[in-house]
Amino acid sequence: MNKTRSSGRTVGGLRTLSLQAPAVSLLFLWMIVPLAMTVWFSLQRYNLLMPGMTGFAGLENYEYLFTDPALWSAIGTTLLLVGWVLAITVVGGTLLAVLFQQEFLGRGIARVLAISPFFVMPTVSALIWKNMMMHPANGVLAWLAESLGLPALDWFSSLPLTSIIIIVAWQWLPFALLILLTAMQSLDDDQVEAARMDGAGPIAIFFFITLPHLKRAISVVIMIEMIFLLTIFAEIFVTTSGGPGLATTNLAYLIYIRALLDFDVGMASAGGVVAIVLANIVAVFLVRMVARNLES
Amino acid sequence: MTTARTKSMSAAGSVPKATPSPLFAALSSRRLWLTVLGWTVAGVIFFPIFWMVLTGFKTEAEAVADPSLVFSPTLDSYAEVQSRANYFHFALNSVVVSFGSTLLALLIAIPSAYAMAFLPTKRTKGTLLWMLSTKMLPPVGVLVPIYLLFRDVGLLDTRTGLTIVYTLMNLPIVVWMLYTFFKDLPKDILEAGRMDGAGTLQEVWFLLLPLTLPGIASTGLLAVILSWNEAFWSLNLTSSQAAPLTAYIASFSSPEGLFWAKLSAASTMAIAPILVFGWLTQKQMVRGLTFGAVK
Amino acid sequence: MSTLQLKQITKSFGETDVIKGVDLEVNDREFVVFVGPSGCGKSTLMRMIAGLESATSGDIVIDGQRINEVGPADRGLAMVFQSYALYPHMTVEDNMGFSLRLAGVPKAERREKVLEAARILQLEPLLDRKPKALSGGQRQRVAIGRAIVRNPSIFLFDEPLSNLDAALRVQMRIELARLHEELDATMIYVTHDQIEAMTMADKIVVLQGGVVEQVGSPMELYHHPRNRFVAGFIGSPKMNFLPVEVTEAGAEGVSVRLPGGDVTRVPVAGQDQAAGTALELGIRPEHLVLDDQGPLSGEIQVLERLGGQTSLYVRMGEQTVTIMADGDVAHRVHDTLRFGFEPGRAHLFDADGLALPSLEAHPLASLKRQDNRMASSADSE
Repeated sequence: MNKTRSSGRTVGGLRTLSLQAPAVSLLFLWMIVPLAMTVWFSLQRYNLLMPGMTGFAGLENYEYLFTDPALWSAIGTTLLLVGWVLAITVVGGTLLAVLFQQEFLGRGIARVLAISPFFVMPTVSALIWKNMMMHPANGVLAWLAESLGLPALDWFSSLPLTSIIIIVAWQWLPFALLILLTAMQSLDDDQVEAARMDGAGPIAIFFFITLPHLKRAISVVIMIEMIFLLTIFAEIFVTTSGGPGLATTNLAYLIYIRALLDFDVGMASAGGVVAIVLANIVAVFLVRMVARNLES
Repeated sequence: MTTARTKSMSAAGSVPKATPSPLFAALSSRRLWLTVLGWTVAGVIFFPIFWMVLTGFKTEAEAVADPSLVFSPTLDSYAEVQSRANYFHFALNSVVVSFGSTLLALLIAIPSAYAMAFLPTKRTKGTLLWMLSTKMLPPVGVLVPIYLLFRDVGLLDTRTGLTIVYTLMNLPIVVWMLYTFFKDLPKDILEAGRMDGAGTLQEVWFLLLPLTLPGIASTGLLAVILSWNEAFWSLNLTSSQAAPLTAYIASFSSPEGLFWAKLSAASTMAIAPILVFGWLTQKQMVRGLTFGAVK
Repeated sequence: MSTLQLKQITKSFGETDVIKGVDLEVNDREFVVFVGPSGCGKSTLMRMIAGLESATSGDIVIDGQRINEVGPADRGLAMVFQSYALYPHMTVEDNMGFSLRLAGVPKAERREKVLEAARILQLEPLLDRKPKALSGGQRQRVAIGRAIVRNPSIFLFDEPLSNLDAALRVQMRIELARLHEELDATMIYVTHDQIEAMTMADKIVVLQGGVVEQVGSPMELYHHPRNRFVAGFIGSPKMNFLPVEVTEAGAEGVSVRLPGGDVTRVPVAGQDQAAGTALELGIRPEHLVLDDQGPLSGEIQVLERLGGQTSLYVRMGEQTVTIMADGDVAHRVHDTLRFGFEPGRAHLFDADGLALPSLEAHPLASLKRQDNRMASSADSE
């Protein structure tokens, strides 16, 4: 026992390996097996409703997929959803972080309230918004509009994607706030004071000191949100079910429709491959960034 | 240094005492505005949750009536959620699956994070990054094979199946978070333990675990939160037997199910514990969620 | 009886060689100090002795036994860490008793041993406290106490005083010397501070770049540094180095031409030094004397009056020379002054930085600290 510990590097390496083995091998299986299967299925003619018609399909599924207008609409929806939510949460999160960094009465409690939506499960938040906030007859927003003398809006039929964006942004704004607030707390007070001595006002301090300091945290927020937002599912599932038409069908929801509603395994898998490729374009940047952090 | 500065500040502040402190007034009015603004913003963001909690104490009729803060609170909805829909069945599923998967993930991750933090090799960094990269695999990309695999081995709609998925889903984050907490522990302390005659197990048991308990706890809480709120796999891999609360709440979305008070009561119960967990661990959570890139 | 031998020890981290073949002998009950600039390998060397790092090659021998393969806990050593490395979640008593607890020593016996160590270190009133409730000096003493409890054959100290403030450091230095006497144990001590080395060591090991530059008693290193590095490292303020040129070499010493043009004969062995060879003359600031007839001269640039002593920084052409003079010197900044030295105090270094050996050993060079102690205790009786 003791001998193993004190002797050379290779033994230490072996110990490291054996301690890591469970986590690494499980994750490896979890990643590689389904991934390989997805790729394999995407090259197969495989529909659960048509058990007889199986066999190698080559790129046929991809051909169908790429000529299917639903795919392009879904990719467009996905990008719109991701883009808008990102814009709202990053800009809003930065401003909120600046606000909640200021000293005021009961700041601690106000902060806690503001980050709460992040801990609400997606199905709950989607249903609160759908039923109690955005409902055309009984929702709070309709009531507000009416009391202001405006016509009530049927959010999910007239502005379906906007509604989804609002719900998702509501969930993720607190995430951005939480991360950026933490990052802001690591800003050196001396730096701000030095800037003030140099004659910088609050706005100059924000643009020349605070924002550069937050740059890294903001990019982390963007990348992590992107990974999650690319595959938003539950919010769509419980509110619009992808509709009306394809108005709120993103890539994740499209794959769900193809796989579990149409039972077209081949097509769904091809869509899965597209989703994986999309996610990994983002991932490369995130991994690089975290890697740089590991060095220091 | 600080005292010197405070002193000079107060000295400067005491000079214009003749003109009754306009500086002080300006400061406090700024504070007042900030207080109003801060609470307004926080209130707007929190409002949907507040409204939901409120609605849970209303009758169904009140719930769909014009918004009002005036009503006589009732617990009927809470009672009905249990008696009609067997709320506790789903709550139990959530508890078993999220705590079970968290425990499993911790058990698997602790040795791994220990090795990475204290016995690093040339490959450690690569392994960590690779673990992170497995998070980049969107669940929807592997939904089909997982669904078919689970169907074939009988794991569909079982707690075991969902527990396995959540364990693996959270494993990278758990390893990373533990790794950053372990790394913060001074190496000297473990070496002192080794000089004192502690073997690996004793080192972990007497030193590492007690010293990093807060970190392990918040890692665990984050994993519980993430599993509890997970709504992709739960919606796709479970139906009635093993459905956790996320899936149960989703069943309220059907158009005929306009039971807002009951939905609110059920939702309030579903999110209350997690909200508290989240409030407790917000600081440490940032580390886990950003893989240590923001501290 | 605890002796330690290092035989041709090397250590490499990947491509970098940190320790490049160290041979060393530590005798029983000796207080040995490893000293050198940061990155010289002194801590690595100690960690190899402790068993926290493995040696790449070579033998570590304790009491005649090769222990390269023995785990750190089984080497019979105890180590005091620079950061103290106290277990923050345990009380002082549990900290000190942890090794005994791991070894399965019964509670009563454990307590007895801890109390004994606490008595030596005056820690009794603190036994129930947690480390965070202790001052730096108290933590330091607990760390030492933890080592004492193990009753080790050799104590290892890794820069134990570097986290203390100056006053406390002086006090702990005295306390450590006292402990060494009281415990009668072999101690190995790592520091970058040559004052700690000079004041506590029986034997100093000067390391640089993973190589032992010189091993010897403090006075030996001070009076007979083997090379320019040791000469510059030991002693404070640092030794002055002046470029000189050999004019004549003989049995009586080597004559060199000083920067001012004067020639002086330094009593060192160097008959093979040809006239015209460039050497460096080393002379300590405390050995430079103000002398109107002196061979050297320069302009005072900075003058630091410490009361009892005055440091003069004197510009001599291209270089600055430090002189430790009497506290009462009347000179002012920008005065030009003349100064000199007794040739026997000077050292000569060749182009490789090696010292030309003195013709005569300094009378204190072989003095050990034990002799010092005996002398002083004899005085007091």
